[in-house]
Amino acid sequence: MANGITVQAPAPPAARRMTMQKLMRRRSTTALALALPLILLISGLVIYPAFFAMYLSMLDRKMETFTGMRNILFLMHFDTFWMVVKQSCIFALSAVFFKALIGFVTSHLVHNLPPKGQRKWRGMLLVPWVIPTAMSTIAWFWLFDPAYSAINWILAKFGIGPVPWLGVTSWARFSVILVNVWYGAPFFLIMYLAALKSVPDQLYEAAAIDGANWWQKVWYVTLPMMRNIIAITMLFSLIVTFANFDIVRILTAGGPVDSTHVFATWAFSLGIQGNNIPMGASVSLFMLPILGVAAFFILRDINRRGSSV
Amino acid sequence: MAQVTLQKLVKNYDETPAVRGIDLDIADKEFVVLVGPSGCGKSTTLRMIAGLEDITAGDVLIGGEVVNDMPPKDRDIAMVFQNYALYPHMSVYENMSFGLRLKKVAKDEIARRVENAAQILDISELLQRKPKQLSGGQRQRVAMGRAIVRDPKVFLFDEPLSNLDAKLRVQMRTEIKKVHQKVRTTTVYVTHDQIEAMTLADRVVVMNGGNIEQVGTPNELYHNPATKFVAGFIGSPAMNFVPCTIEEAAGALRIRLSKDIAFPVPQERTGRYRALVGKSGLLFGLRPEHIMEQRQHLEPNQHPFEVELEVTEPMGMETMVFFLIEGTELVGRVNPDAGAQAGRRMKLVADLGKMHLIDDGSGRVL
Repeated sequence: MANGITVQAPAPPAARRMTMQKLMRRRSTTALALALPLILLISGLVIYPAFFAMYLSMLDRKMETFTGMRNILFLMHFDTFWMVVKQSCIFALSAVFFKALIGFVTSHLVHNLPPKGQRKWRGMLLVPWVIPTAMSTIAWFWLFDPAYSAINWILAKFGIGPVPWLGVTSWARFSVILVNVWYGAPFFLIMYLAALKSVPDQLYEAAAIDGANWWQKVWYVTLPMMRNIIAITMLFSLIVTFANFDIVRILTAGGPVDSTHVFATWAFSLGIQGNNIPMGASVSLFMLPILGVAAFFILRDINRRGSSV
Repeated sequence: MAQVTLQKLVKNYDETPAVRGIDLDIADKEFVVLVGPSGCGKSTTLRMIAGLEDITAGDVLIGGEVVNDMPPKDRDIAMVFQNYALYPHMSVYENMSFGLRLKKVAKDEIARRVENAAQILDISELLQRKPKQLSGGQRQRVAMGRAIVRDPKVFLFDEPLSNLDAKLRVQMRTEIKKVHQKVRTTTVYVTHDQIEAMTLADRVVVMNGGNIEQVGTPNELYHNPATKFVAGFIGSPAMNFVPCTIEEAAGALRIRLSKDIAFPVPQERTGRYRALVGKSGLLFGLRPEHIMEQRQHLEPNQHPFEVELEVTEPMGMETMVFFLIEGTELVGRVNPDAGAQAGRRMKLVADLGKMHLIDDGSGRVL
């Protein structure tokens, strides 16, 4: 044994070539090489713009002088900014909550349909998610239109209305959330349906024999089995909803009086329309810490449970 | 007191019959095993007793009460599933106590019952673990524990051992038998493994194609099968079947298997078989253990014959010999010292006292 080791140790000039060859042969090297195009793509499309946004946020309006934290500090003393923070949170949290609730209920309904009709219903219920948002939001815009609103027309038959869907702050906030829920609920439906299908039937049968009624089966079997999917789906949707641009932009453009602005639309209106790119960049950067904290807590919870279940 | 009675029980899945009207009486505290090949309707029958499957026609009675429309939770049964069906997010203790907690049984009573069941099954150490942290055999015990704590009228087992490896299966089989001796509860057990059925059951119900072929104690089924199916299904290796004819010569009956091989019909059966002389479509059935090597002293119904061996399989304590009679393969079990060799001719002995004569058309044993 000892002899074998001493023989292999020396020979320095060949050694370098050996390590290069070894490096090439290592599995991790191959994996890195295969992942490299994607890594470059992500760096180009995500990491570079992110750092560029940080840089932009530290310039003055004319983008000539470096001002450090001045834009950020300005925002901190700006009432509209805090209104946008509040509205973004209300918008994202309530929309995600209702998307999850509706997704959960409809996934149960679809799951309990006879298998023959299931595909048809699943396809139809997915439609809102499949239509390009810009188009479907314009359709909603017409439904909410003060002069031609189809919804108000129906409500009028029952002697209700007319409702100023987009004209009054509270209704406008309600409307953007409604459209976002309508658009995003099918995503939850599909995720929950997949999760439901992965729960073994025998668990429900065991629960039925153990004496569980319908509600107890949902509470003790379905929900615990779906918890990870629910958490991941909600995190994902929270990020996407928080960063929503198209629905708010098309439906209200932030109005009335900036009351429905969320981070992305406000950043757009300050930066592009208001011609103050550095200020717009500063606004959009504020999304990062808020989402980061949410992601941290949710993912930590999933990891902890994932190891115990 | 909980006998289980099935009356003309039928189950159809969209016109496809799964169970075709079976009758069965299971006595209180009896261990009954439903056995048969896959698709024979045994699991469907069990699930109808459990209430997990709607009944197309007929009645299921538990403790004398018709339970057809009663939901599973009101039938006072416990079931052990093939894949255990333990709740993965609950600890062993929570799994076992789940049913009692739903029934709002007092906490100390639950603890007492769970600990008692855990002791019977030797899983007291595992109560705080999650199912994921258990081996297959341990999960199986927990699944049984969940059934025991409920103290139900009837235990239902749906192929509980088929997910275990061969060695563990034998061990758990004994375990189940021990548990049944300690906790005497009416038990219905479904399996496709005839050895499991034979070793566990007070009575075995052999099912085939949605019908009951035969009900009897393990020994009755082995020695007096009622049909060709039961004769072939019970026992391993399976019974040999060879086409035969009965012929009469000088007042004595002979069973002819081939040009060269014919055995005299045992004295006590001549009356029964006389009407079958010259009839076609008969099968001669004889278990491998009743075909032995040539020996010095022959019992009254043992008769020698000679064949050329095709294959021999030494098993250690015996050697299986395979040979052909008129193109049909037969197996015999001979002493490993008898010098059986493939390709050689060998003198064997058939124990005619253990033979069966089967009408191939109806499948009945005559």
